[in-house]
Amino acid sequence: MTNIQSSAVVAETEGPLVPPEPGAATKARPAWRSLNFGPRLWVSAGLILLITLLAFVGPLFYPYAPDQKVGSLYDSPSAEHILGTENFGYDTLAVLMSSTRNSLINGLLAGTLAVFIGVTIGILAGYVGGWLEELLMGFTNIVLAIPSIVILILISISLQSTDIPFLKGIVGLALVIGITSWPWTARAVRAQASSVGTREHIDVAKLSGARTPGILLFDVLPYLASYVVMAWVLQLASAILAESTLSMLGLGPSGTNSLGMQLHWALAFQAVATGAWWAFLPPTIVLTLISFGLLYLQSSLDEVFNPRLRRGKKKNLAAAAARRAENARKLAEQNEREEVTA
Amino acid sequence: MSEQLDTTPTTGPVLSAVNVTKQFRVAGGHITAVDDVSVDFHAGKVLAVVGESGSGKSTLARMLLRLMPVTSGQIMYQGKDVTHIKGGELRKYWTDVQAVFQDPFSSFNQFFSVGHTLRRGMGRQHLSEENLDQLIETCLGYVGLKPADAVHKYPHQLSGGQRQRVMIARALMMNPKVLLADEATSMLDASLRVSALNVLQDLRDNLGLTVLFITHDIGQACYLADEVVVMEHGLIVERGTTDAVIFDPKNDYTKRLLADVPDLKGSLKVRKDG
Repeated sequence: MTNIQSSAVVAETEGPLVPPEPGAATKARPAWRSLNFGPRLWVSAGLILLITLLAFVGPLFYPYAPDQKVGSLYDSPSAEHILGTENFGYDTLAVLMSSTRNSLINGLLAGTLAVFIGVTIGILAGYVGGWLEELLMGFTNIVLAIPSIVILILISISLQSTDIPFLKGIVGLALVIGITSWPWTARAVRAQASSVGTREHIDVAKLSGARTPGILLFDVLPYLASYVVMAWVLQLASAILAESTLSMLGLGPSGTNSLGMQLHWALAFQAVATGAWWAFLPPTIVLTLISFGLLYLQSSLDEVFNPRLRRGKKKNLAAAAARRAENARKLAEQNEREEVTA
Repeated sequence: MSEQLDTTPTTGPVLSAVNVTKQFRVAGGHITAVDDVSVDFHAGKVLAVVGESGSGKSTLARMLLRLMPVTSGQIMYQGKDVTHIKGGELRKYWTDVQAVFQDPFSSFNQFFSVGHTLRRGMGRQHLSEENLDQLIETCLGYVGLKPADAVHKYPHQLSGGQRQRVMIARALMMNPKVLLADEATSMLDASLRVSALNVLQDLRDNLGLTVLFITHDIGQACYLADEVVVMEHGLIVERGTTDAVIFDPKNDYTKRLLADVPDLKGSLKVRKDG
C-alpha cells in the first residue's frame, strides 16, 4: 500500500503527466526511488554515521589507547590530549571512543534482541489468536507490570557475581536489557498482525497450501516491516540509555568502558565538584547526540513510510503546479504558432 | 495433473452444506449470519447464491472453504465430512476446493510477483521446473494471459481485470474440482465483468469445473448459472433452476431483487444453450 500511495504522491510532485519526449528512456524507477528521503532523514542518518565513525574508525587513527596511562588525575585539555585525562590518567578522548563503541554494540545487541522477541511474540499472538494470544499477551502484560528497572538491577547484580566472563561484559548487560524491554513492541506488533491477519491475501495463501510459519514470514511480516524497522531504531536508543543508566548507578559491566561507566567514574571521582568538565561533558553530549539522532531517524522514517506525514509537500505541489502552468503556456504558444503558419 | 480426478464415483453432490448455521457473538447476544442452510453442488454445474449485502452468502462461502468454523452443521466433500479436518488433510481439501475473492488487489501479497504467487503451493505437487512452467502457461492461457506478459510483474503493475484473471489462474494451478467465486466480478467494470463471467463459463464447459458463484447481482447469476439459490437474512428463501427462479419467482424477496435489475427481460438473457 505504501508503495502505491507514495508513488502517487511523487507523481503529483514531479509535474504534469505529459508523455516523455520520444526516444527518451521510459524505464520504470526502482521502487526505492519512490521513497521520500527528506532532509530530516539525511541529517539524522549523518549524525549517527558520524558517531559510528568516531566509535569504530576513530581509534584506528588516534595515537593513544584507552588503557594507556598518559597523565594523572584530571589533567586539563591540552594540545596533546584534546579532552585532557580522566580519573585514572587515561586519555579522555580515547576512552570516549571506546565507550561509544561499546555503548553502540550494546544498543545494537539489546535492541535487536528486544525487537526479535517482541516481533515473534506479537506476530504469533496477533495472527494465531485464540488461547495462544491470551497466553502470550497475558505473559506480556505481566512483564509490563513488573518495573523493569528493578529486574534490570537485580539481574545486573547477579551477573556481576557469575563466573562466566561472557556474561560479565557488555554482552551480558545487552542480554538483560533485551529480555526486559520487548513487551511494548510485542503489544504493538500484535495489534498490527491481527489486522493484517484478516486480510484476503492471507486466505489466498492458505488456499495455496502455505503453512503457518510461511504465512507469518512471507505474508504477515513484510506488511509490518516499516513498523518493525521503526521499533528497532527506538529500541536501539532506549537500550543505549538503559545501559548508561545502569552503568552510571555502578551496575554496569566492570572493567569495560561505556558511556555510563565514564559518567559513573566522573561522579565517583568528584569531577563535577572539581570542575573537570572534560570528564563528564563529552560522554553526556555523545549520549544525547546518539539518542537524539536515533529518535530523529525514527520520526523521519515514519515520514518515509507514511506518505501522509510528509513535509514540504505543499511546496512541492506548488512547484509542480508552476511547472504544469509553464508547460501549458508552452503548448498554447506552440498551438498559436501552428495556427499562424496554417 | 489428472491423477486426482475421478477417485470417487460422482453419484451424489460434490460439495454440500448440511444444516449449516453460523452465529457471531456480539455485545448482548448473537447474530445468526447463516441459519440452518443446506445446499448441494453438483459436478460440472454453476450454482449461483444470490442475495443482498448481509444475507450471509459470503459467510456461507467462507465456511464451505473451511476458512471459518461452523457453529453447527456439516460440510461434506465427496461424501466425506470435512467440517473439522485439520493440517495436511485441510491442505489436501484446499487443492480440490479453490476460491477467487472479491477484491482483486487485497487478494495479492503485494511483495510477490505473479509468477511467485502462482508457484506458491506447487511445492507439494513435486513438479519439475519444465512441467511447472507448462502448467503456468496453461492456467494463464485459460484466462487469456501470456506468461511473458505476466509472471515477472507485481500486482500493482496489473489492471483490476488482469489481477482477477491471475487470481483465477492461481486457483486453477491447484487443479481444483470446485471453484468458489465470492463476488469475484463485483469490483470489475462492465466489460471486464463479462469477460470474467465468460472465463468461468468456459471453465465449466471445458474442464467440467463445479462453480459456486456468489453475487448480489441477479443479472450475472442469470447469465452464468445453472441453478440459483436466493438468500435473505441467512435463510434460503428460494432455490431452483435459473429459468424457474428468474422467470417464475415464487418468493417476494426474489421478486424484489429481480425488480431491482435494470432491463432484465430485454438484453441480459443471452446465454448459450447447451
